[in-house]
Formats: sequence, C-alpha cells, structure tokens
Amino acid sequence: MKIIEGHYEIEVPEGVPVWDVDPYDVDILQDPDEYYAELRSKGPFVYIPKYSILACGRYEETKEVFSDWERFISSRGVGLQDFELEEPWRPKSIILEVDPPEHSVTRRVLARALSPKATAALKELFQETADRLIDELLEKESFEAVVELAEEFPTTVFPKAVGLKEKNSRALVDYGAMVFNALGPDNELRRNAMAMGPTTVPWIVEQCNRKNLKPEGFGATIFAAADAGEINEEQAEKLVRSLLSAGVDTTVTGIGSALWCLAKFPDQFKRLKDDPTLLRPAFEEVLRFTSPVHSFCRTASGDTMVSGTRIAEGSKILCVLGAANSDERQWKEAEKFDIGRRPTGHLAMGTGIHGCVGQNLARAEVAAVLTSIIAKVEEIDFAGEAVWRPNNAIHALDKLPLVFKRA
Amino acid sequence: MVKITFIEANGNEITIDAEEGNSLMQAAVANGIKGIVAECGGSMMCATCHVYVDGADFGKLPEREEAEDEMLDSTACQRKETSRLSCQIKISTGLEGIRVHLPTSQY
Ligand code: HEM
Repeated sequence: MKIIEGHYEIEVPEGVPVWDVDPYDVDILQDPDEYYAELRSKGPFVYIPKYSILACGRYEETKEVFSDWERFISSRGVGLQDFELEEPWRPKSIILEVDPPEHSVTRRVLARALSPKATAALKELFQETADRLIDELLEKESFEAVVELAEEFPTTVFPKAVGLKEKNSRALVDYGAMVFNALGPDNELRRNAMAMGPTTVPWIVEQCNRKNLKPEGFGATIFAAADAGEINEEQAEKLVRSLLSAGVDTTVTGIGSALWCLAKFPDQFKRLKDDPTLLRPAFEEVLRFTSPVHSFCRTASGDTMVSGTRIAEGSKILCVLGAANSDERQWKEAEKFDIGRRPTGHLAMGTGIHGCVGQNLARAEVAAVLTSIIAKVEEIDFAGEAVWRPNNAIHALDKLPLVFKRA
Repeated sequence: MVKITFIEANGNEITIDAEEGNSLMQAAVANGIKGIVAECGGSMMCATCHVYVDGADFGKLPEREEAEDEMLDSTACQRKETSRLSCQIKISTGLEGIRVHLPTSQY
C-alpha cells in the first residue's frame, strides 16, 4: 500500500464526496470560516485527495470520532503521521498520544496536578500579575497585544505554576508552536518549526528533570506521583514535557482571541462590564467562536461505520473542531458572538477521555486577565489590523495592535 | 425516558424527563438546569457539575470511580457523603424518580 504523509493511502469510501482542498493552505489557516462552512455543507465526511484523509466538520460526527477512543485511537498520532509506520519526531507523548489503559494512569496524575483546586491556589498570583500588566498597558498610547499581553501573561505565571527554576519565554512559546505545527503535513510551516528544534528542544528536555523543578508546583505534584510509585521517573519527566508542550502556546492563543473578540464586539464587552458574572461563560464563547485548536486527527483502529459512512482500518480522520464549533445544526446563530450563550459541549478543549487536562489553568489565567480588564478598561479599540498566524493545528493571532481606554 | 428531580439551592424543584444512556449532566444541560455548569463538557476535569444525591437515592447509583472521587475534592461547595459529579452518572430506568440537590455555586 502506498504511503502519503506518513500514513497509508485509503480508498474513497462509497458515497463520500471528494474535495480537492488543502486544509493546510496558508490562506485557509488564516481565515478558515468559508472552509469550515463548505466542509460542513459537503456531508458528514469528505475525502481529501492531496493527503488521502477523511475530514469531518459537522458537530455530531466530529464529536463522535473525537471522543470514541476505542474506534478512533490517539496512539497512532493525532496528526497526519501514523506512528505505526513512522517514528514520530520526538518520543511520543504518554498522555495525548496513548490509549487506555496506559492513558488512564498518566491522565490521573496530570488531572491531579492541574485540578481546579490546584489552579485555584494560584488565583492571587494570577490576579496580581494581571493587574500590574494591565496598569502598564493603560499607560501606553497603544500596544501590540500578542507580545505585550497574550504572551507576556502566561510566560510570567506559567513557569511559576509549574515550578521551573529557569525562565526562557521564547523557548516555551516556540516549543508549543513546533509541537502543533508538527501535526500537519510536511509543508513549509512544519519544516520551519522543525528547524527551531536545535535551539528549543534541549532546553525543554532539561527543564523536565527533577533537579530543575522547585519543590512546589505542578512539576512537584507529578514527581510526588513518581515517588509514590504510581508512575516512574521517566514518565514523570515526560508528563512535565506535556505541560511545557501544551501549556503556553494554547493560553497565549486563548488570551489573544479573547481580546480580539472583545475589541471586535464592543457591545459584548459592555455587556460583560455591566455583568461580570458573565466572565466565565464569555470565555467559553470565545473558545467556541475562535477554536484555538482548529483540528486534530484520529486513526481508525478497525473497519467501522459513522453516520452511514464506511471507514477503513488505518484511515486518518481530520476532526475539524473549528467547523464543529460553528455548526448551525448544534449552535443557534452560530456566526454570532454571544457571551450569554452557554456553549456547554463545544469542542475547543476536546471532549471525552482526552479532553484538555490543562483547561482549569487556561480558564484561571484568562479569568484573571479579564477580571482586571473589566475593572480598569472602559473601551478596547483596534490600533491597526489584526493578523492571524498560520499553524497546522492552532488558529492564533500573529499581530493584534490595541488601545485601552481607562475606565 | 426517566424522571429526575433537581432541587435548586433555594428549594425550587424541577422535574425533567431524561433520556436513557445520557449522563445526568447532559440531561441537565439539555433541559436548561442553571445550577449545572459543566464547563469541561464531561471530561471529568472541572468539577462544575457537582450534585448532592438525595440520601434515599444515593445507594441506587453504582459506586464512584477513584478519579471521580479525587476530582470531588475540587468542588466549589463543600463535598459531602452524597456528592457526585453528574457527568459520571449514567441515566438508566433504575434511577426513575431520583432526587438530586444542587449546590449554591459551581465555581
Ligand atoms: C485555551 C487553551 C487551551 C486549549 C484551546 C486546549 C485545547 C486542547 C484540546 C482540543 C485537547 C484535546 C486533544 C485530543 O483530544 O486529542 C487538549 C488536550 C490536552 N491539553 Fe489542552 N488546551 C488548552 C490549554 C492547555 C494548558 C494550559 C495545558 C497544560 C498546562 C494543556 C495541556 C493539555 C494536555 C496535556 C492534553 C492531553 C490530554 C489527554 O490526552 O488526556 N492544555 N487541549
């Protein structure tokens, strides 16, 4: 059988439309709404010849494929590459890229390290940091919100939360971008990301070692599980690596996207200021509306059927979370940003057993930033054009020039 | 369909018809029960679908798994003997008529 982008070529399943599109085209990655709509309109699944994969973007099927871990597994990689055929670029993740029963063990340790209780303990640190940052930005005529706020906040608090002894904001942001770009095809984005390896990976790997972690923080909780015999030392190091992979770029994106939404929809910002109890639902709506992780794959573990479509063993299925989160079948007036919506069940954080284990941390970080903004800022305006940054798995802002008007 | 009664923190009672096979959390969200937030959508990560099962009904539920037990330490309102995460309760005919109390807040 022929191999394409590290996985087996598959036949077009009967009745599935063939769509000659490149989901990793830079224009689509920057402005995906039309692609999302067309994907949904074609049917529950499409076949994409360029990569010989199936893709889904309707809510129901996307949710089914993304959450049914027995039929659609993660251990063969959540990108285009099939780990049964090719070695991944780094030793694979022992939480994201494994299935039960291995997954249940490591998941429990990270769920404990990042529990709502553990993240709530950081509330004060987060709030002080956010207040200080917002005060500084209010002094400026305008600022570049991606660098000065969306990156600055997480790269300040995250190393403290984990208990890293060394600070290297650049490596944390770059490593995240690498990990996510690596999920795509062998395109320029992926090649450029891989080229950052030599400057980024050694530092990351080094920080995962017990000796580089403080006795308090998420890292310490993970190594306590090693001391208790729940996992071994090497597993503990790999779990710290998972935090460093997925813990920064994602929250940078979440904060940036939240700011973008509030600048773009001033009526919703006003509504939030008038009723701060909407803060948490507002971030859920930001997640639904912008889908920071736009797509991840699964691999069919055997021949199976979904909504009448026959799916062959070994098929790679691109689950387009951004399309599912804007599906009218699931969300009334899906194209509307409405902070009063309660979008429970959106797929931005995944769903089921692999559902984001860092979501409490992400919510706590964003809550601190928004709490400070609601209190101190009267108006958020664009000070130039917002530009989106193409990435094979993340939909994030590249530039966001903003002005804060003091309350 | 299985009848379930939610008792809000202020004493107000709401009875819903829940579909078998769904989780209690899903049934609550589908019926607009405000006291269930369920931010994580059922990944057992957020502890915002916390309920107190009525004492008389608690024994009708299968026992909690260890992961749920651990997550219950993170609830916003004090955990009790009868605390459960509603995302982990599967609706079955055996649960007909059960009563669950909602905490005053979920976060
Ligand atoms: C807005 C911020 C975030 C978004 C949108 C997000 C999104 C996601 C998604 C969609 C998944 C599911 C992957 C799958 O099912 O294959 C996931 C899993 C995961 N996330 Fe996040 N994430 C965010 C923040 C974080 C943070 C802050 C951390 C760590 C501190 C983190 C760590 C992880 C890990 C380790 C997994 C794998 C969980 C598993 O496989 O059981 N994430 N995330």
